[in-house]
Amino acid sequence: MILHVSLNHYLILAAILFCIGLYGAVAKQNAISILMGIELMLNAVNINLIAFNRFMQPAILVGHVFSIFVIALAAAEVAIGLALVLSVYRDRRTVNIEDFNWLKW
Amino acid sequence: MLDGLTIADIVFWILASLILVAGTSVVMARNLVHAALFMVLTFFGISGIYVLLEADFIAVVQILIYVGAIAVLIMFGVMLTQREDMGETNAYSAHGRSAAIVVGTFLLVIIIALSATKWLIHPQAALPETVGPIADLMLTTFVIPFEAVAILLTVAVLGAIILSKGARRTP
Repeated sequence: MILHVSLNHYLILAAILFCIGLYGAVAKQNAISILMGIELMLNAVNINLIAFNRFMQPAILVGHVFSIFVIALAAAEVAIGLALVLSVYRDRRTVNIEDFNWLKW
Repeated sequence: MLDGLTIADIVFWILASLILVAGTSVVMARNLVHAALFMVLTFFGISGIYVLLEADFIAVVQILIYVGAIAVLIMFGVMLTQREDMGETNAYSAHGRSAAIVVGTFLLVIIIALSATKWLIHPQAALPETVGPIADLMLTTFVIPFEAVAILLTVAVLGAIILSKGARRTP
């Protein structure tokens, strides 16, 4: 029965969340919305790691350790990303990525 | 149709719909502050999913780091970069439609691949507590990645300070 939760349910939930985040990261104009999309994608990856760990190797918690690493990397990424956005904002008074065109000619 | 459902199944469906509705609202909300708040809601739902998967430590870490630190940081970013009214701050870029097509195709491919795969399920109870085993793994097998992540976090925080404050040559 499809309503009984199995590994595939968690994986499909994570896939949909990943795609929502990917769409947010690709189709948005504001640099901070792009950061939020990336956070959603990293969370989807974490759901995958924990679900695989729970259903395929419940005795060894390697998936948990990996997801802690992913969380730490996400924290570093958002700190650097926001610092970049703020310093660009100080320079250009905008966070619209279509205006970030220094390297374009 | 609903008989034979356990509490865990029902909780999963509630949490999954919460996550997907809030996640869609993160992308669809017109106001960037509302998008950030919906992101907090998504993180809480994901934390519930971790509890359901019997990953108690990760659930707590999720709330502490994502809700407590990352969402607050992003909120700061929103507040520091939006000066005029917040009405249309979450606009789409020029290639919103082609992005939707590509992402939709990608999702379709993933779901087809997932449903075609047969997983090697281990029907085994989860460990009664996860903090001790995680610590054991982190400080034995994964001690080098652990130290690398520590260095990376330090460097990232220093880099964030220098990027936002500006490096100044000391006389």
